[in-house]
Amino acid sequence: MSKDAHVGPPLWLLAELTYECPLHCAYCSNPTDLGKREDELTTEAWLDVLTQARELGSVQLGFSGGEPLLRKDLETLVEHGRQSGFYTNLITSGIGLTEKRIKQLKAAGLDHIQISFQAADPELNDAIAGRGKAFDQKLKMAEIVKSEGYPMVLNFVISRQNIEQIPQILELSCQLNADYVELATAQYYGWAFDNRDHLLPTQQQLRHAEATVNGFRDQQDNAGPQFIFVTPDYYEDRPKACMNGWASTFLTITPDGSALPCHSAKILPLDFPNVTEKTIADIWHKDFSFNHFRGESWMPQPCQSCDEKEKDFGGCRCQAFMLTGDMNRTDPVCSKSDDHHLITEAIEQAKNPTAPLKHRKRVADIALMKL
Amino acid sequence: MTHAPNVPKMNTLFRLQFEKAQGCFVLLYPEGMVKLNDSAAEILQQIDGLTSVDEIQHQLQQKFPQAGDIRDDIEEFLATAQAKRWISYV
Ligand code: SF4
Ligand code: SF4
Repeated sequence: MSKDAHVGPPLWLLAELTYECPLHCAYCSNPTDLGKREDELTTEAWLDVLTQARELGSVQLGFSGGEPLLRKDLETLVEHGRQSGFYTNLITSGIGLTEKRIKQLKAAGLDHIQISFQAADPELNDAIAGRGKAFDQKLKMAEIVKSEGYPMVLNFVISRQNIEQIPQILELSCQLNADYVELATAQYYGWAFDNRDHLLPTQQQLRHAEATVNGFRDQQDNAGPQFIFVTPDYYEDRPKACMNGWASTFLTITPDGSALPCHSAKILPLDFPNVTEKTIADIWHKDFSFNHFRGESWMPQPCQSCDEKEKDFGGCRCQAFMLTGDMNRTDPVCSKSDDHHLITEAIEQAKNPTAPLKHRKRVADIALMKL
Repeated sequence: MTHAPNVPKMNTLFRLQFEKAQGCFVLLYPEGMVKLNDSAAEILQQIDGLTSVDEIQHQLQQKFPQAGDIRDDIEEFLATAQAKRWISYV
């Protein structure tokens, strides 16, 4: 049976150019196996990916990673993306950015730069990022980004490490004249899943943080940054509508050219196609992995007979897999799921972490450090 | 009704463009997209930071003579667009 009748285009194309990164955030959602730099796609391959995706109807293009600035061909890719009609977004840690590069990117047609911050002061920021002077560099770059006329979007990943700083974060965002500010609680994928016990805030912390943001918003009077607060679904009764539905809107291409319906799907026991072997149209419309969780026929109970299945599509496949070991099950976040106790247990366990916090590092780097 | 020389201009955060795959005009902004209906797209296309609301009305009236009085529609849309920060006034 074809599930393809109503599949729209992959509106959102996320180009993960490299998993290399100068920072070591413990909340990083990159895979814990970071792959090899030699396996990264060539410039030509990326240009071809952009052309094909645009023809298929993609319109938002995100350059991310890792740290996309580490690719010397970033400007070339931006230029091609912009000229083909994409809205081009650069998602960066700000490390490796210079005034010159900000201007070059602007000339290449880059529409928007999103800089991530780890906290509102140098001490905490650099401790979370695992690198000295990171905060000062980010601050400087944020100012130049703004003065070059880019929309300024800041992203703070919120975790137990920085959740007590919400008032200072709001203040810093105003000082920097940000247009949008995402306060997104860490999602537990990749490194963040291994570090969950250290990252997951308590429900009380979250309520407090959200109330602080709401209070601030109320007195903003439609001026200043727009704050977007994203809570982790661990404290919800219903799962998030993951990726707006499997392979409905989002297409991620990883550094080595794997095509995924979401940036974390590589962990699933499915064979994902590679852009060096198949066209984007074939991947999007025909590949087994992309069709696998489209529609409703794959759904288990209780989702199959649930009247909310069009709202959340049964939740996140990766979360189901990571928590239950079976990607076909209902997302355990759902209170109707037989596995919901896994979430309650995770929340309990996070109160007393047993394993040490693991900063994101390459296995090879760790081996070197031990020498 | 105000007929002051109020001149709307696009918020530079937003980019107006025709999307073939959607068959309509869209507004693009950081990590997002809004699809526009035909009249919204017609109005936004007239906005250049120089043309006043009166002039926009006049131009659209000439382009669509059969549409009748469109002043209220234009003002209503501009109010929405301003609330959504797509436009501001010069
Ligand atoms: S989360 Fe931190 S370590 Fe991971 S890619 Fe982003 S900046 Fe680098
Ligand atoms: S049972 Fe399934 S479809 Fe129903 S609310 Fe829970 S996750 Fe969503």
